[in-house]
Amino acid sequence: MRPLIALSDGNCFYVSCERVFDPRQEGRPTVVLSSNDGNIIARSPEAKAIGLKMGDPYFKVRELCARERVVALSSNYVLYGDMSRRVNAVYERFAPDVVIYSIDESFLDFSGLADPVGHARTLRATVRQWTGIPTCVGLGPTKTLAKVANHLAKRTPSLEGVCDLSDSDVRAAALDNLPVGDVWGVGPAYAARLTGMGVTTAGQLRDLDPRQARTMLSVVGERLVLELRAQSCLAWEEVPAGRKGCAVTRSFGQPITALDDLLQAVASFASRVGEKLRRNGVLAPRLSVFMHTNPFGAGPHHSASGAVTFVEATADSTVLVAGARQAARQAWRDGYRYSKAGVICEGLVPAGQVQASLLAPKDPVRSERLMAALDASNRRFGRGSVVIGATTGRTRWTQKAEWRTPRYTTRLDEVPVARA
Amino acid sequence: MLSVSPFPSRSWAFEFCCGFPSPADDWIEDAIDVSRLVVTNPAATFLWRASGDCMTPTILDGDYLVCDRSLAPVSGEVVVAVVDGEPTVKRLTYVAGRPALSHDNPRALPFTPDPQSEISIWGVVAWSLRAHRPNR
Repeated sequence: MRPLIALSDGNCFYVSCERVFDPRQEGRPTVVLSSNDGNIIARSPEAKAIGLKMGDPYFKVRELCARERVVALSSNYVLYGDMSRRVNAVYERFAPDVVIYSIDESFLDFSGLADPVGHARTLRATVRQWTGIPTCVGLGPTKTLAKVANHLAKRTPSLEGVCDLSDSDVRAAALDNLPVGDVWGVGPAYAARLTGMGVTTAGQLRDLDPRQARTMLSVVGERLVLELRAQSCLAWEEVPAGRKGCAVTRSFGQPITALDDLLQAVASFASRVGEKLRRNGVLAPRLSVFMHTNPFGAGPHHSASGAVTFVEATADSTVLVAGARQAARQAWRDGYRYSKAGVICEGLVPAGQVQASLLAPKDPVRSERLMAALDASNRRFGRGSVVIGATTGRTRWTQKAEWRTPRYTTRLDEVPVARA
Repeated sequence: MLSVSPFPSRSWAFEFCCGFPSPADDWIEDAIDVSRLVVTNPAATFLWRASGDCMTPTILDGDYLVCDRSLAPVSGEVVVAVVDGEPTVKRLTYVAGRPALSHDNPRALPFTPDPQSEISIWGVVAWSLRAHRPNR
């Protein structure tokens, strides 16, 4: 059976979550701001049209926003996390396995379907109807190609939200027309290096000799070339940290029924997330944990998530593990057989661009050295040979959010109101 | 020992628990969970709250509304609808294939939207919840 991977993601996910509960925002330019109301992290199409950019500091565009009657909202991560959980619950009905890549992107196993495009269209319609969230779906034989297809689905309105790159001719043409910088995993610095080598399109990258790519661009380059040639190089559950987010999720061979077992699992996921973040030189400002029972299994069903925001963005496994354990405790309910759990970080920021916080509890130099030693041991002796044991419990979770909307779906006293 | 598997062997649970089985073991069931009664599709179910008395006696001011977006709205059902961006609770009927909304309260003014109004159905109200002995 030839593998087929779908990448589904929410369109302007944060803005879409807000609009489900406040339909008056529909049609108005809307932006969501990072924690502490600093920068723009999500834009509606109308906000893009008036020239607002990702990352714009809000104080610099405040006047433009006032003039254009822009709806500016603080980030409501509790809401986005719950909506993400719902969207993924719908995905689970459409695919035997789902790997969460970030808060708004998941890979779905679509192998063996007679009509994958029709299936993707039904998936989109169902997610839209059940949760109110619009999505786009990309289909391809590898994760990298599914990502390319998703990119095209988003940018080509005539595709109506679904792009299929499983046909090799269609794929070849699509890659020849795609700027190399739009390929998943090719950052600005990498793109500049490729351009220097005369590689400006995804098609040219695909046509490089893999061994040459390895010498000139390391294993990452070789993997990109092979993935673009439809040879899968990433294990199904393995997803690299991206610009936006990083996640480690696993289905359990045997359902978990004890909190201690789950805490141990999420601690190991959070350690893996920490490794990924450090390898990519990024820090996570917050972390969420989800867990759910088998949606098709017997017995009571439950699906929950919890989230923590760090005083200062971090890639420190001790802090990540402590946060993950706290979030998991929040979400845990006794009496369920959990079949899957995961740790998700999003809103990643490059290391070195973070202001030191007065509240931050740790010595960063010491922590960096400790993490380097941890990673080195795990490389040398195998993953998990050294793990974070104790948790400090000293991290405090605070956030400035002047324009945060209600936590419509998780707080009884904040549910939306309908006029009767 | 440094090596830790995230998923420990679980055989101990049987080893230590085989001594004196309780005679009630075969009859233990989960307690009734009300949310399982009213929430049949958790991914698609959202809680709303009603404000106002246009839907009396069906829905009273302050009632919680369990809204299931996965249900196809049927004529005669209570829905959360969006009229010109405003969420509202109404009785839904279809007139000549088009949705028409109305109030249940005979004393309330009839619901007469502008012909230009945009109306969409947000979700079907599958249940409503009301405290009969309010404790707040």
